[in-house]
Amino acid sequence: MGLLDKKFSNSNVIITSLDDLLNWSRLSSMWPMQFGLACCAIEMMATGASHYDLDRFGIFFRASPRQTDVMIVAGTVSLKMATRIKKLYDQMAEPRYVLSMGSCSNCGGPYWEHGYHVLKGVDRVIPVDVYIPGCPPRPEALMEGIMKLQEKIRSESLVKKTA
Amino acid sequence: MLTEFGKIFIFLIIGVVFVAAALIVNWFIRPHRAYPAKTSTYECGEVPTGDTSVKFNIRFYIVALIFLIFDVEVVFLFPWAVVFQKLGMFAFIEMMVFLAILVVGYAYVWVKGDLEWDKSVPIIPSLMKNQITADQQHPQKATQ
Repeated sequence: MGLLDKKFSNSNVIITSLDDLLNWSRLSSMWPMQFGLACCAIEMMATGASHYDLDRFGIFFRASPRQTDVMIVAGTVSLKMATRIKKLYDQMAEPRYVLSMGSCSNCGGPYWEHGYHVLKGVDRVIPVDVYIPGCPPRPEALMEGIMKLQEKIRSESLVKKTA
Repeated sequence: MLTEFGKIFIFLIIGVVFVAAALIVNWFIRPHRAYPAKTSTYECGEVPTGDTSVKFNIRFYIVALIFLIFDVEVVFLFPWAVVFQKLGMFAFIEMMVFLAILVVGYAYVWVKGDLEWDKSVPIIPSLMKNQITADQQHPQKATQ
């Protein structure tokens, strides 16, 4: 049982400081899951390699969903893969985030009309935090998406949401 | 006054405290929302099937045993080879004796036929065997 997570109704100086610490540590070590689905994965590999160097963000790829925080859905999500992605997302430890990379996983992309085997957007099976447009997105675009996700994590709080 | 083992004891305490503290801090800050799909066994996104304990054939036992013997032999040979120049003739003869013992053992295993892959022989029940021979002797009877 997590003692601190979403247990507070209002914040004070201790909770906000702890928030800052937790958010900083989480956004500085986002470990993505090591899997790629299509040509976007090539761009993702290029981003991870020495030229663009994802390691400077504290990002390196892990082979098990138990050790990962971020799922980069890089490529065309076929219907066969969709059930696997759902299962893998379920098996990830919380807090977990999803980056949808490229047109295919955003909305089906070029398979929107005639792709009988393609899921029309990965957000139909798992919740997506950041959508990265492009076909495929350049490594710079992927890094932009990662920084957007970092901004999102930076604004998280232990305080229960009231809405 | 701290003995050499006292330092090791302090390291031991620090190790235990560090691990315990990390687990307790994790327990405080982690979100805990377990559900069956999350706690299910990870097998590359597939639904796991079959038993997790894989059975190896008993015939691999011989291979494992012989590997073990020659593994230990290499473990002994390597440091001997590193300082071979300093050791001189006596160590060389010692090692040759050691190798000879192993070679004799190896030859013994070879001659006994334990290195042969033990092929499985199909076991046909005697009643069925009689049936088969009867069928071969009287093919027409068998078709009836």
